[in-house]
Amino acid sequence: MNCIIIDDEATARAIVSQLCSNVPDLDVIEEFDNAIDAIKFLNQQEIDVVFLDIHMPGFSGVDFVQTLKNPPKIVMTTSDTEFAIAAYEYEAIVDYLVKPITSERFEKCLQKIKNSLTQRPRTKTGEVSSSGANEDLYINIDRRLIKLKLNEIMVVEAKGDYIVIKTEKEDYRVHTTLKKIKEKLPEKLFLQIHRSYIINFTKIIDIEDNSVLIEKNVIPISRSNRPELMRRLNLL
Amino acid sequence: MQEYPNLKYIKELSGDDAAFEQKFITILKEEFPLEREAYHDHIEKNDFQMAAEIVHKLKHKFNILSLSNAYKLAVVYEEELRAGNTDRDDNLRTILNQIKDYLNTL
Repeated sequence: MNCIIIDDEATARAIVSQLCSNVPDLDVIEEFDNAIDAIKFLNQQEIDVVFLDIHMPGFSGVDFVQTLKNPPKIVMTTSDTEFAIAAYEYEAIVDYLVKPITSERFEKCLQKIKNSLTQRPRTKTGEVSSSGANEDLYINIDRRLIKLKLNEIMVVEAKGDYIVIKTEKEDYRVHTTLKKIKEKLPEKLFLQIHRSYIINFTKIIDIEDNSVLIEKNVIPISRSNRPELMRRLNLL
Repeated sequence: MQEYPNLKYIKELSGDDAAFEQKFITILKEEFPLEREAYHDHIEKNDFQMAAEIVHKLKHKFNILSLSNAYKLAVVYEEELRAGNTDRDDNLRTILNQIKDYLNTL
């Protein structure tokens, strides 16, 4: 594995570099005291991991993550524990290290990186891989990350600036769009049947002309989405 | 309880790597005075946002030097500075002077 370190503090860079030097298969290719230079570097060279300080003047670590189109695996480093939740909203971020970083914590981080690098790649549309039925989805509610089992989600409904995720146990209201969550849901299980609804079609109880019944929810089917729904059903 | 700066964390990180320990001390001795001076300058110019940025950097060094009470003060003071409150300036200066004296002994 190769990595770069981005931190405006020389002492912080030295610490991460020292921790990396104790790992036989991890090479520090370059160190940067600002994110802009690192972006230029990443445009020319492929890197496995970036150790990134979240709090830098001018162009922060979060700005950096948002700027990269195909970011490598990113480990956030910071003195502020309160950024942790925000950091995990980005798929590329695999871990979050609070300074000063200990050797023990760094070892755990490496394991997370290795696990993350060996995971099956996602498709361009962000579809979860074919083992999707066993995977989870994390949603951010009141600064808490709540884990939902994908196969327990029944319906996702768009409501203005929010979506409502209806599961077998509970409903969750999340500030995001139907388009964004659709990218996170495996096509094998989920289908958009109306501009305001995505359903888990393994949960369908029955289908009438223009609606689907899932538990007690009657979901409308739009005319344009109906052919795809019918195609996916195992019709006798 | 009074706390004193030390190299416990750096020694743990270094293990047997004396070269790294020395290199780190050199970096610390170069970087800390610049940040201390920058803090003083920003306070003098009433640029409290920039002073807060420096306190943010300094608080990591407080942790590195095992100054946990100083770190807690810096966490609060950083936010207060962003709101334009410099009441803890004297406390921070005392800590900075303590570190400066300590680094001079290394």
